[in-house]
Amino acid sequence: MSACVQDRPLSHRPAVRPPAGPGRTGEPLRLAALLAPAAAVFAAFFLLPLVRLILIGAGGAEGWSAYLTTLADPGHLDSLLSTLALSAGVTAVTLAVSTVAGLFLVRNHFPGHALLVALLTFPLAFPGVVIGFMVIMLAGRQGLIGTITQALGGGKLVFAYSMAGLFLGYVYFSIPRVILTVMAAAEKLDPRLEEAARSLGAAPWRVVADVILPALKPALISAGALCFATSMGAFGTAFTLATRINVLPMTIYTEFTLQANIAAAAALSVLLGLITWAALAVARSVAGTSVAAAG
Amino acid sequence: MPDSFHLDAVPIRLERCGKTFAGGARALEPLDLTIRGGETIVFLGPSGCGKTTTLRIIAGLENPDPGGRVLFGEEDVTALPIERRNVGMVFQSYALFPNMTVAENVAYGLKVRKIARADRARRVEEMLDLMHLGEFAGRRIDQLSGGQRQRVALARALVVRPRVLLLDEPLTALDAKLRDSLRLEIDRLLRGLGITAVYVTHDQGEAMALGDRIVVMAKGRVAQVGTPREIYYQPADGFVADFIGTMNRLGGMSRGGTLSIGAATLPWTGPDGAVELLVRPEDLALAGEADGHLAGTVAAAVFLGDRTRLVVEPADGPALTVDAAGRSELGRGDRVWLRVDPARLLAVP
Ligand SMILES: Nc1ncnc2c1ncn2[C@@H]1O[C@H](COP(=O)(O)OP(=O)(O)O)[C@@H](O)[C@H]1O
Ligand SMILES: [Mg+2]
Repeated sequence: MSACVQDRPLSHRPAVRPPAGPGRTGEPLRLAALLAPAAAVFAAFFLLPLVRLILIGAGGAEGWSAYLTTLADPGHLDSLLSTLALSAGVTAVTLAVSTVAGLFLVRNHFPGHALLVALLTFPLAFPGVVIGFMVIMLAGRQGLIGTITQALGGGKLVFAYSMAGLFLGYVYFSIPRVILTVMAAAEKLDPRLEEAARSLGAAPWRVVADVILPALKPALISAGALCFATSMGAFGTAFTLATRINVLPMTIYTEFTLQANIAAAAALSVLLGLITWAALAVARSVAGTSVAAAG
Repeated sequence: MPDSFHLDAVPIRLERCGKTFAGGARALEPLDLTIRGGETIVFLGPSGCGKTTTLRIIAGLENPDPGGRVLFGEEDVTALPIERRNVGMVFQSYALFPNMTVAENVAYGLKVRKIARADRARRVEEMLDLMHLGEFAGRRIDQLSGGQRQRVALARALVVRPRVLLLDEPLTALDAKLRDSLRLEIDRLLRGLGITAVYVTHDQGEAMALGDRIVVMAKGRVAQVGTPREIYYQPADGFVADFIGTMNRLGGMSRGGTLSIGAATLPWTGPDGAVELLVRPEDLALAGEADGHLAGTVAAAVFLGDRTRLVVEPADGPALTVDAAGRSELGRGDRVWLRVDPARLLAVP
C-alpha cells in the first residue's frame, strides 16, 4: 500500500533559525534606536499614567491596604459583582443572538440582504451617549415599549433607567461587531464538512454542535472577550441612563468627582483594568489569536 | 478481508432525475439509470457536465426536479434527507473534522448512531487496521499527508456500513504517484466489500481502472453507459470516442460493399456515401509500401519506453497517431505506410 510511496505530512513547519554571522553585531543597537520613539510615547502616555494611578490608589491614609479595603466596602464589591454579572450576561446573549443571526445571514440570501448587513454595522458608529438615548426612547418614560404596554392595558412598562436598560443598550451595541466576526468566520466554513457529518447520520443540531461551533470557536472567543471588555468599561450609556446605576465605571466616576475619594477611584480603576485585561488574556490564549481591547 | 466487512449490496435506481438550479440553469437533463447491487459505477465527463450534481442527488444533498425519483433497493428515498439515507461520502477535499483525531473522525458516525463505546472502539480499530491507519489513530488531521487523509475519509465513510459509497473525485487532490497507489487501494476495497459504489471523476484512466461500468456524461446528458471495454471499443458517438483514450479520424467513401480510404480499397458493409471513420492508434499498423493502405510522413515521434508513439501526416486528412515498437528507430521526416484492419474501423454518427 502507500507505505512505499513518498507521502509526507502536508503541514511540516521547518524550524526557522535566525541567520548568525559577522556583520550583524550592530543590529541590536540599530533596533533600539528605531524603537526609541515608540518606547518614549509608550512610557509617556501609557506607563507613567498607569504607575501614577497605581501609586495614587495606595496614596491614601491606608497606603497599599487601600486596595483591599476598597473592595471590602460593600458598595464597591456590589458594584464590581453586578458589573461582572452584567458583562457576562451581555456577552452570553450577544454571542447567542449574533451566532444565530450571523449564520443565517451567511447561509440565506434574499432581496435587501446587502442593505441589512450594512445597516447592522450602524450602532458601531454611535457613542455610548447616543446608545443610552436610544434605550430611553425605546424603554423610557415616553418610550415605545411603555406606550405599547399602556395601550394594551398592561400599565406602562419602563425599564430604561436600570440595569435592564443598560443590558439592552450594551447588547444592542455589541451585536453588530460580533455578527460581523461570526459572518467572516462562517463564510470560511467548508460546506463539505457539514455534508460529511450529515452523511454519517448527524441531525442538524448535531452538525451545529460538532462541526459549526467548533469551527467558529476561535472567532466566538475573541469576539466574546471584546464584548465582555467593552461592557466592563462602558460609561457613556450608563451615564445617560441614570447616575445611580451601580456599575464599576459609574462608581469610579462618583468616587472621583462627587466624593473626591481619589484613592478609592484609582484603586477601583486598577482593579477594573486588571479584570478586563485578564479576560482578554485568557481569551487570547484559548483562541490562539490576537484579541485587542477596545471601546 | 474479514467477513464482518462485507456489506449489503443495494441496487440504486434513478428515475427521470433532472436538476434545474435556482436561476434556471439546467445542470442535469432527466436521467434514468439503474446501478446494480455491489457494482462500482463511474460517472466520467469533463468539468461542469453534471457528475457531482448526479452524485448529490443520489446522496440526498440535492433534490431532483419534480417527477424525479431515487430508489435504494425497493425503498423510495427521494424525500429522505442525506442523514437518513445511510450513505458514505468521500470528497476531493477529504472533509475530515479538524477538531477531532483520526480515531474520533472514524468513530463519528458510530457515535451519532449511539453504538456502545466498547463496540465502537472495536469497530474503529478494525477499520483503521483495514486501512493501514492503526498507528495514526491518535493523530490530529493536520499531521497527516493527503493520501493518509483520504484513507481516513474512506474509513470514516465505511465504518458505518453504508448502503452505498459515493466518491467525488477522491484522488484529484493527490499527486500522480500517490493517486495510483490509492486507486489500487480503493479498487481492492470496493471489490472486497462488495458495496455499491458511485465514483465521480474526470480522469478516464481512473474510470477505466475502477468502473464495472462507466457513465460518460456531456453537458448534463448521459452520452453512453457501458463497461470500460464497450466505451473504449464501441463509443456511442464522436464525443465519447474523443474523450476516452486517443482516437484517429479517417475520411472514407463507401460504395457498393467497398470502402476507399486514400488510394486503398477495403471490403465494407454500409450505406453508400462519405463516412467518417474512427480508429484507435493500436489498430493502425506500420506496413511496407506494398501492403500499406495509407502513406504519410512522421511529424513527431515520442519514445514511451514500451512503445514509440508516432504522429503521421498523410497526404490529405488530419494527422494520425500510431503506435510503433519501443525500439523503433523511426523519426521526424521518415516516410511510412499504414495498414488498416477494416474490422477495427468504427463508423460513428
Ligand atoms: N448550487 C448550484 N447552483 C447553480 N448552478 C450549479 C450549482 N451546482 C452546480 N451548478 C452548475 O451545474 C453544472 C453541473 O455542475 P457539476 O455537477 O458540479 O459538474 P461536474 O461535477 O461534472 O464538474 C455546472 O454548470 C455548474 O455550474
Ligand atoms: Mg464535480
